[in-house]
Amino acid sequence: MTEAAVCPVPHENRVHPLGPPAGFEEAISNGPVRMRWPNGVEGWLISSYAGVRQVLSDQRFSANRNGGPEMRTEGEPVLDAGQPGNMNSMDGEEHLRLRRPLSRGFMVKRLNEMRPRIQRIVDEHLDEMERAGTPADLVSSLCLPVPSLVIAELLGVPPEHQALFQATAREMLGKNGSRAEYEAKAAELGQVIAKVVAEKKASGDTSDMIGLMVNETDFDMDELMLLAIGLLVAGHETTSNFFGLFTLTLFERPDQLEILQRDPSRADVIVEELMRYTIGRLGGAGIARRALEDVEVDGVTVRAGEWAAVSLHANLDEELCPHASELDLERRAVSHLGFGFGPHQCLGANLARAELQILLRSLFTRFPNLRPAVPVTEMSFREDMITYGASAIPVVW
Amino acid sequence: MTVRIDQTGCIGSGQCVLAAPDVFDQSDDDGLGFVVIAEPPADLLPGVRDAVDRCPAQVVSLEE
Repeated sequence: MTEAAVCPVPHENRVHPLGPPAGFEEAISNGPVRMRWPNGVEGWLISSYAGVRQVLSDQRFSANRNGGPEMRTEGEPVLDAGQPGNMNSMDGEEHLRLRRPLSRGFMVKRLNEMRPRIQRIVDEHLDEMERAGTPADLVSSLCLPVPSLVIAELLGVPPEHQALFQATAREMLGKNGSRAEYEAKAAELGQVIAKVVAEKKASGDTSDMIGLMVNETDFDMDELMLLAIGLLVAGHETTSNFFGLFTLTLFERPDQLEILQRDPSRADVIVEELMRYTIGRLGGAGIARRALEDVEVDGVTVRAGEWAAVSLHANLDEELCPHASELDLERRAVSHLGFGFGPHQCLGANLARAELQILLRSLFTRFPNLRPAVPVTEMSFREDMITYGASAIPVVW
Repeated sequence: MTVRIDQTGCIGSGQCVLAAPDVFDQSDDDGLGFVVIAEPPADLLPGVRDAVDRCPAQVVSLEE
């Protein structure tokens, strides 16, 4: 094959806030392309369904991110690959040692037991929204506080520190965040967590994640601290953004919203389709892996030492399902890549599913006439974060 | 038709339990997936095939 041209990763300038960056679909239309990230690192971008699954699960690719692509142009990465507890940058046994004990806390049956509690938290926030009346901001009244409270409870951290979780997330996941600022926030959050750790150690309690890590694993304090901060940050930031994006997607498609409203008991299947479509449609370059040896992917050779990033635009690949570029809430759940794939697949996927299902069903049942107060194209979106979402969603009912 | 999970690579994601709740479960001790019905009846096979496909660690297999 001929040497492909290297282009900057199109990651900004979305023509539509729920669509891909300008020029992105054209850039990937002929298979893998060479990309240059804002920090100057070059590599391949893989965007087919089979290719993305391969990059994320083939052991010839390493998750170690040292020297890898960054979405920001200056400053050092917030986390070092070798930092204790930095699970996302580990491979093989080293990764499994941390991952497996955490999986226990996110077991399907454990989360099913949490559903009534999540429902109560959602209902309380809907009550408050209803009391305060229209117009309301869906992000600050529902999308942000619900996942924050749920993850705090799952970890065993007092929920009154919500604002601190959010500030830490901004530094950890912000494209303009600084390492010094992150470390200051992490130290502050560390004091909150250290207090919980001491309590769990004294009581022997294993009913929440911190209790489980303290009393039933061999994690040291540095590992435990970073894992707990990571869970708090990841736990509220992603679910919150996606719930907002799902709602906006439905506002644009009354025909599809009607499918949900006709049978809200199908919320579980509907969440999978919204996830597949919404994430696929946003496109862009995501997680990168480094080849440990030469690996063939989608007809190109990723040389040993080279980077290969994946695009979740792969969720719109016809290989995954028929008419894949269309939202179809009557579709059965398919094996989409919205939570990633391979050993690093989102640890909190089952929690996110439970939250998104309950939020979606409850919101549109409570407010059957819910609609945006301004057009989606006039709302403001957070382009400054690695995680994308609406800054505010003004609604009326 | 025999269902297997290779626990050496299992990450305890629970995707198999979501795909086929009658066939798979997760251990209370370590969260890892295990097979409840090793030779499932035909009506449960579509769920098992889903589990094979969805397992992020690719450790679920169905020997036909």
